[in-house]
Amino acid sequence: MSEREHTSKQFEQQLRALKDKLLLMSHHAEKMIADAIRALVERRPSLAEEVIKSDDEMDQLELDVDNQCYEILALEQPVARDLRFIATALKIVRDIERIGDIAVNIAERAIELIQEPEMKRLIDLPIMAEAAQRILKESLDAFVNSDAELAEKVIRDDTFVDDCYEQIFRELLTYMMEDTKYISRALKVIFIAKHLERVGDHSSNIAEMVIFLVRGQDIRHGTRLDRR
Amino acid sequence: MGEPVKIDVSDMNFFYGNHKALHGVNMKIRENYVTALIGPSGCGKSTFLRSLNRMNDLIPGARLEGRVNLDGENIYASSTDVIQLRRRVGMIFQRSNPFPMSIYENAAYGVRVNGLTRDRLKLDEIVERTLRAAALWDEVKDRLGKSAMSLSGGQQQRLCIARALAVQPEVLLMDEPASALDPISTAKIEELIYELKQNYTIVIVTHNMQQAARVSDESGFFLTGRLVEFSETKRLFTAPTNRETEDYITGRFG
Repeated sequence: MSEREHTSKQFEQQLRALKDKLLLMSHHAEKMIADAIRALVERRPSLAEEVIKSDDEMDQLELDVDNQCYEILALEQPVARDLRFIATALKIVRDIERIGDIAVNIAERAIELIQEPEMKRLIDLPIMAEAAQRILKESLDAFVNSDAELAEKVIRDDTFVDDCYEQIFRELLTYMMEDTKYISRALKVIFIAKHLERVGDHSSNIAEMVIFLVRGQDIRHGTRLDRR
Repeated sequence: MGEPVKIDVSDMNFFYGNHKALHGVNMKIRENYVTALIGPSGCGKSTFLRSLNRMNDLIPGARLEGRVNLDGENIYASSTDVIQLRRRVGMIFQRSNPFPMSIYENAAYGVRVNGLTRDRLKLDEIVERTLRAAALWDEVKDRLGKSAMSLSGGQQQRLCIARALAVQPEVLLMDEPASALDPISTAKIEELIYELKQNYTIVIVTHNMQQAARVSDESGFFLTGRLVEFSETKRLFTAPTNRETEDYITGRFG
């Protein structure tokens, strides 16, 4: 959306630097999840190792974003949209960083699974992974473009990811009941599905904050800011 | 919702000769609230403030349309006693303007000229009460006979507030009361405003938006003679509804 520039060039530049850093983190998070899933599906342990290593950079970016936010709060005392932007940045940076951690968890499970023979061809999991990655990307696009409509779509689409989890859980339960030697592998796949379900939740959190950023309305927990 | 309305302004237009300075302003100022008026220079906020106790009457060619009701009565009615009105609606200016007389006489001034009492003990009591109310008593109680000009800028401003309080007004209008003061004196004035709203209705014009955010309950944003947005201060500074307000308070102008 079109936005007028700040009269203070320095403030404008600080806000832009913060946004750029969040963009960089978003890009990392998307790539980490995508690579972790590819490592599993294509059975490539080296790719999973890369995902695990790349998390250090995410952690460092989170610290940088926090510091930039504190500096802006202390030096510029932002109000209105600028204040909401900083509040949003401080919250979504945690969601993005958590998504990096989740990618690491998926990569670790992938490395374990790759060492054992394939239990079955993974069909629903890649579908779920694709859906989770899509809403993650859309939630971050919504943030970058201040797009509240896209954020609403993310919140709606998160239910599909939740449904995928239920489906995978039920299916793998039948495998485990059929043959106990599947239990260890099936549990790991269920963990991965649960991780992807959490990616959907974090994306949904980001989307809720985008709606707060754009409209000044807090829709979390079914509440609204303007309720008095 | 909220406290009862103390001053109800409806459809106010204001003219300096042919120049229209305010366009159809409506505002309900609530009792025991601090109401802040913000906006760029020349937006009409001071004109609006001064119209609330008819200070603008003194300007040749000035003319007002619409109504300003104080406790339900139109202060622009021909029957209004303007002196009495200004006693009920006091004013504090940007530049503290103590009279060149003692601290005591400054605080007692309003009571004397209004002939409210001649009793010295009664007067002493009023002087102490108002200096206490203006958070100045402890600093000046041992030198009440000294010239008011010997006080610091912040003390002078609080003395002016004490002088305004002596005649027991109901509403205090403040036009940039802290803009000429250092941060500590400013903090004292802001603290004082917070204390005073227990007993008075306060309307304050300020260029310092952080000050408006800190001290007020409701805020009005003026731009080129129009009241663009008027709402709860915490709402206005977190999620204003109007784009012009947003641009102004976030520093996107010019």
